[in-house]
Amino acid sequence: MTLLYSLLILLMLISGIAALIFDKLVNSIISAGMVSLIAAFLFYFLRAPDVAMAEAAIGTGISTAIFIITLYKTEGRGN
Amino acid sequence: MIDFLEKWSFFGGSVLLILIGLYGVITRKNLIKIFIGLSLMDTGINVLLVSLGYVEGGIAPIITSTINNNSYNFVDPIPQALVLTSIVIGVAVLALGLGVIIKIYEKYNTLDISEIRGLRW
Amino acid sequence: MNFRKILALITIILLGIFILQAFLIIPEKREIALNNFGKADIENRTAQLYIDKSVNSTNEQVIYKESKDKESGSANIVTSIVANYRALDTLGEVTVLFLAATGLSAILYNKKHAKSNFILKEDSFILKNGIKILFPLLILAGSYIIIYGHLSPGGSFQGGAVIATAFLLKLLSSKEYELDENILKIIEVTAGVSFVSIGLYGLYAEGSFLTNFLETGTIANLFSGGIVPIIYITIGLKVAVELTNIINDLMKA
Repeated sequence: MTLLYSLLILLMLISGIAALIFDKLVNSIISAGMVSLIAAFLFYFLRAPDVAMAEAAIGTGISTAIFIITLYKTEGRGN
Repeated sequence: MIDFLEKWSFFGGSVLLILIGLYGVITRKNLIKIFIGLSLMDTGINVLLVSLGYVEGGIAPIITSTINNNSYNFVDPIPQALVLTSIVIGVAVLALGLGVIIKIYEKYNTLDISEIRGLRW
Repeated sequence: MNFRKILALITIILLGIFILQAFLIIPEKREIALNNFGKADIENRTAQLYIDKSVNSTNEQVIYKESKDKESGSANIVTSIVANYRALDTLGEVTVLFLAATGLSAILYNKKHAKSNFILKEDSFILKNGIKILFPLLILAGSYIIIYGHLSPGGSFQGGAVIATAFLLKLLSSKEYELDENILKIIEVTAGVSFVSIGLYGLYAEGSFLTNFLETGTIANLFSGGIVPIIYITIGLKVAVELTNIINDLMKA
């Protein structure tokens, strides 16, 4: 069990670093969404179902969506 | 090794996530990457707060038909109530910041902060 | 490497050491210990008062479907903290969300009222025909999460985000769909005013802002909990409408 939690935290840190290194902006927005998703998993393992539901709905859904809408409006009309 | 991971994995991981977000805010040049770093800092602080109230072998704080009185071993419910408010405030600040970014792009036609007057760093 | 990156690395390492040395202090008696993960001492924290529902009165057992007329009648302890014991913090958070949505509309004001020009290159077949089934189901699921907030995990913020996601998918699927802004304005204003007026009525009737003036029934019935379900319905409607307004304004800019 502890090994599973440690692997998930390591994956979260790696995709957090990758979100700041990528050149294309679409890839880094999707990596930030993956950090939110793994944080929702960790909230479930820490016995907090209310917080997990809120982070999954607001952090992953709404936050990623408004990043992509404003990316479309500013540059990269081909996305 | 397993003992060290058991005691420090949650605290150390969330503090590292806060520091990665802070590094992104200080050193990146694209405005959208600065806001992604800000969002990473918010997520790190929320994980740190909820993991301060964990009890080993505890259960979620809801009274149901199988857990039917309050003499069981609950986890701490106060940090969860504070983190609910913090998540919503994080997304509100992000939405307002992205509206300002759209207006900046209409005027300067670039998102690089070394070419925008007033933000030169 | 750049001078700026080296300076940033040094600052971050110093800040990291400063934060992590707080986790190595051995605490005095009855202080919160930060160097034990998973050994939180609930008996000595104030959370024990909230679990026993005995902040202002004596301590009795709380039994499923048998205890009547406790201080706060909801079976979900996190809900009773957010909407009953600490409802002033929830009022502050609703204010912050309202300021963000209003400020965004003021920044992105467009006199010509252009139509939404966020169009995909071609209309997606799956989205167009799938949204006909998904839209009423998503609104039903969001309303269920809001109304049953005091009996199972859920609440107003989660349900409001699900309803806003339903409207986001509907806006993405076809370019002729427009939201009727007058109805959204009326719903938001009514919900906000009724939340504050419930609090003011508590001030008039019992002497403090936002007290629980209805009676709390047996625990884990649908109509228990006093004013907690009513507060959650008003906040849920307000959050859903505000998130939909944020998305609609960003799409039309």
